Amino acid sequence: MPTVSMTVNGKAASGDAEPRTLLVHFLRETLGLTGTHVGCDTSQCGACVVHVDGKSVKSCTMLAVQANGAEVTTIEGLANGELHPMQAAFREHHGLQCGFCTPGMVMSAIDLVRHNATPSESDIREWLEGNICRCTGYHNIVKAIQAGAQAMKG
Amino acid sequence: MHNFEYHRPTSVADAVQSLKGAEDGKILAGGMTLIPTLKQRLAAPSDLIDLGAIAELKGIKDEGGMITIGAATPHAMVAESEVVRRVIPALADLAEGIGDPQVRNRGTIGGSIANSDPAADYPAALVGLDATVQTDRRRIKADDFFKGLFETALEEDEIVTAVSFPKPEKACYAKFPNPASRYAMVGVMVARAGGAVRVAVTGAGPCVFRLPEMEQALSGNFSPDAIKGIEISADGLNSDIHGSAAYRAHLVSVMARRAVTDCA
Amino acid sequence: MAEDMIGASIRRTEDFRFLTGQGHYLDDINRPNQVHAYFLRSPHAHAKIRSIDTAAAQSAPGVVAVFTGADIAADKVGGLICGWVVTDRHGQPHKAPPHPPLAQDTVRYVGDHVAVVIAESVAQARDAAELIEVDYEMLPAVVDTAKALDPDTPQLHADAPGNLCFDWELGDKAAVDAAFAKAHHVTRLDLVNNRLIPNAMEPRAAIGEYDGGADSYTCYSTSQNPHLLRLILCAFVLGVPEHKMRVVAPDVGGGFGSKIFCYAEEVVCTWAAKKVKRPVKWTAERGESFLSDAHGRDHVTHAELAMDESGKFLALKVDTIAGMGAYLSTFATCVPTYLHATLLAGQYATPAIHANVKAVFTNTAPVDAYRGAGRPEATYLIERIVECAARELRIDPAELRRRNFIRPDQFPYQTPVALVYDTGDYEAALDEALKMADYAGFAARKAESTKHGKLRGIGLSAYIEACGIAPSAVVGSLGAGVGLWESGQIRFSPTGTVSIFTGSHSHGQSHETTFAQLISDALGVPMEKIDVVHGDTDRIPFGMGTYGSRSLAVGGSALMRAADKIIEKGKKIAAHLMEASVGDIEYSKGTFRVAGTDRTKSMAEVAFAAYVPHNYPADLEPGLDETAFYDPANFTYPAGVHIAEVEVDPDTGLVDIVNWVAVDDFGKVINPMVVEGQVHGGIAQGIGQALLENCVYDKESGQLVTGSYMDYCMPRADDLPSFKVGMTETPCTHNPIGAKGCGEAGAIAAPPALINAITDAIGIMHMEMPATPEKVWQAIRQTRPAAAAE
Repeated sequence: MPTVSMTVNGKAASGDAEPRTLLVHFLRETLGLTGTHVGCDTSQCGACVVHVDGKSVKSCTMLAVQANGAEVTTIEGLANGELHPMQAAFREHHGLQCGFCTPGMVMSAIDLVRHNATPSESDIREWLEGNICRCTGYHNIVKAIQAGAQAMKG
Repeated sequence: MHNFEYHRPTSVADAVQSLKGAEDGKILAGGMTLIPTLKQRLAAPSDLIDLGAIAELKGIKDEGGMITIGAATPHAMVAESEVVRRVIPALADLAEGIGDPQVRNRGTIGGSIANSDPAADYPAALVGLDATVQTDRRRIKADDFFKGLFETALEEDEIVTAVSFPKPEKACYAKFPNPASRYAMVGVMVARAGGAVRVAVTGAGPCVFRLPEMEQALSGNFSPDAIKGIEISADGLNSDIHGSAAYRAHLVSVMARRAVTDCA
Repeated sequence: MAEDMIGASIRRTEDFRFLTGQGHYLDDINRPNQVHAYFLRSPHAHAKIRSIDTAAAQSAPGVVAVFTGADIAADKVGGLICGWVVTDRHGQPHKAPPHPPLAQDTVRYVGDHVAVVIAESVAQARDAAELIEVDYEMLPAVVDTAKALDPDTPQLHADAPGNLCFDWELGDKAAVDAAFAKAHHVTRLDLVNNRLIPNAMEPRAAIGEYDGGADSYTCYSTSQNPHLLRLILCAFVLGVPEHKMRVVAPDVGGGFGSKIFCYAEEVVCTWAAKKVKRPVKWTAERGESFLSDAHGRDHVTHAELAMDESGKFLALKVDTIAGMGAYLSTFATCVPTYLHATLLAGQYATPAIHANVKAVFTNTAPVDAYRGAGRPEATYLIERIVECAARELRIDPAELRRRNFIRPDQFPYQTPVALVYDTGDYEAALDEALKMADYAGFAARKAESTKHGKLRGIGLSAYIEACGIAPSAVVGSLGAGVGLWESGQIRFSPTGTVSIFTGSHSHGQSHETTFAQLISDALGVPMEKIDVVHGDTDRIPFGMGTYGSRSLAVGGSALMRAADKIIEKGKKIAAHLMEASVGDIEYSKGTFRVAGTDRTKSMAEVAFAAYVPHNYPADLEPGLDETAFYDPANFTYPAGVHIAEVEVDPDTGLVDIVNWVAVDDFGKVINPMVVEGQVHGGIAQGIGQALLENCVYDKESGQLVTGSYMDYCMPRADDLPSFKVGMTETPCTHNPIGAKGCGEAGAIAAPPALINAITDAIGIMHMEMPATPEKVWQAIRQTRPAAAAE
């Protein structure tokens, strides 16, 4: 079984993984980082979104071996003593209910803000095509991301 | 998914070698279609040859009057490319509309076209813009590349290395996405270059196709009115729970006219 | 403190762990030495199993065991039950065919459970499952609810002739017939309430564990009601004494009804844990969720509304065929009956109503409660037929509704379909909604859209629901196998912190916040000193769980009763501490005071004295820990008006929702932020049903066509608008909070509002859900060929 090594949330991490092991399973099962979730098997729900080398990707559609040597950031790596501004905005604007899609939403939202520092409502709604939420109707997620983008500037 | 041998070559030559050496090898580009297919156990290759570490396959060049995009260039890089945006904005727009942001960060142009998915966007760009596909051994005109449903002119062990697009005078892509999958239910690329017009349609049929009647009409009069009366036959078009062949045929007309309108 | 706890949008306690990836959903839990289960499912809609050969799978790498229906039968594992007996028109109980956790000799839907492979890893279990050889003898299948009763239709169960589960009625047929005979106008409508797949984002999962030393089981389950699951697992399926079974429902990622039920997978994992002497874990892949989660809705209905010359409703009659799927799920039978037909009065004073409901078996996944459960089906048909009536009579749809509303002075109002509405003010909500939607300005907006080649439409929906489920005596008399009260426990610690234990279960509803808010207000304890505990049968008192918008109205009321007991006891302690008589002690917001003096004791001081009773009343038990059970006196009746406004692109049939107004009366609101969030989510699911979502089985093969997000169209952010939410308030008259419940309202109200708007835009009477672009385009093409040909 190949050994896979990567930097996860700023720390070196490695473990054995069959070639068929998905990145999400490597994170969850080998590294115990269970904040990244699996909500579908067709790469559409986005509960598994993490950042690989600074870009948001679906960790259920990437092999762990493909991330060998990469920098990976998961939801566990965002808060630095206090909540990341995007996390704080989700709380402030009630952008989560059951919380299951939330890690992927937050990771996706942060990548959006890197592309577009002041996204409009429609920018946000379009960007979220790859993140499905069944609880919130997206209304408060959109508000949270707008506020989070604002907060990330400051 | 079933297990497989994993290869991560650093050159195209090594990748071809690995592919030749494998019993039932498959190229792993962005993996946006292949990995879900493997997860559902709809395919069981013996070996996966990952192109992710081959630097020469990635990047966008503007040379020789062509925009050349490396096969392993992700959609997001095309969408965000300053040169593509300036020279062929329709191509940047099309890339920006593929899948979702995470798919665009991983999915590649080479992977997309080598799969010849009937609902993929890039085939419409290649055929509409009269692109040329570069492989490890030859050049193939887009018109000759897409052969049918998930079928291309590629040989078993042939690898796409780049796609070259000539610079059109005007081009626009209009897409009507499938409401569920968001793949193209109908996508139409309209492009004018050197007086000739190309109209390429994806999503509607088993494979990307051109509409000669519209192309002719638009060559004479590049306006939506020129193609208003042209009936698209539903024969042979895709039909599923999201859209009948008749509806797709209708959407081809609507999207073609919108693409022409957007060119103005 | 605690001055403004009730009605304050306090930010949620549960958010920190969810936002930092520290939630504990079921798949995040791993038990020492666990093994993994993979279920082999039927690829056929209907087939006899001639034989199953598991030999190759048994010897595959990593495999611990393979079990089939024969193993289940040999251990006398019981079948899954339906916990609500519906008595039909002829006094007979509904047909309840056996529902084995693993198929015995026949499979009846694609996804039915054939065998389970247990292995060291999920991948190994799945690899091995491919080696199981099943010899099927194909049988003809029926997946179409409308056709299930036709003669010569394939029959699923020997003991359900003609696929009929029950033929049930409610209401006075003679009165209805008499009213129709003298009607000035009758509006008729055929409609389908499309089958939906719930799709909570967290797939179902379970871990079964057996402790041989204690001869006891633990079942971790993605459940909305752990005690109910324990009751069913123990008393009906596994035959285990209830005190030997612990059920844990940890953080659950959404339910929407689909996680109420007892499913085959948790039964099999729990049973198999003892067989293999190791914890057995199963997590659904999304594809399995599509196939095997209980689906929702699936009604085929004919309705008729009789009116006099002024548009006053005289009578409503409804004939419905309701799909049950291949087997009866836990509460399947009550959904199209007591949760549906009893709501057919809606907000209207229709004097006579009759409903006939025939429930049928088809070769599809079981159907059960899904957000709203029966009430969306009722609201959809009422609000559609009222809209059609308004168009036929050329009366403004808002005006026709207004003319027929139950007036505030008519409460309590006895409907002709069994319920007594306690309170409401339907016109107030309508007026507010019309104002917020600028109903008066619609014509101008429509003209503007027309200029741009777009079709604009507006649609209303005046909904009511029966929530706060439910008065036990009432539901018991109607066939429910359980009571539907709730429990609540409040436990102080010596240092004044509080643990709240509730039988309700939060899987997105924010109980950890709102229940703490409620008790913080009642007992004057700061929020940060309160924890809400739920979801573990070993920690909480027996409770009935969360569904039917019941948690605050019933579970919250139980907590308020427990708080009353705390205050009662606290007064005795405080009286002793202050050397006053109990009758002189007043309590307010965490402070006990000797009436008319400035002598006080805080709740914290009283709690300390209760646990360190050095100076304590001789006749009082130490401790400050009270439990209450609350059985509601009636249902609660949230109601309101939603207004949708759409713009339709005639070229493509694409519907753009340009405005959405919701005005709801949920009675007393504890946390408006949370309530609005519930409304948003409900509307999104309602819009999903009306515009996007549809469960489709292939009529020939019985295969599930919409088995993934590639084909089942989930509402995405760019499908939806932002929502304008308003509130009116008539407090519930019979519970201590005055709350009615808010979780299902949006899903109930939204579908007819949207279809009314779309049909208004196109200028047609009716369109079946979902209004897909093609359907809308086809309708436009038929009504105005010129526009669609453009």
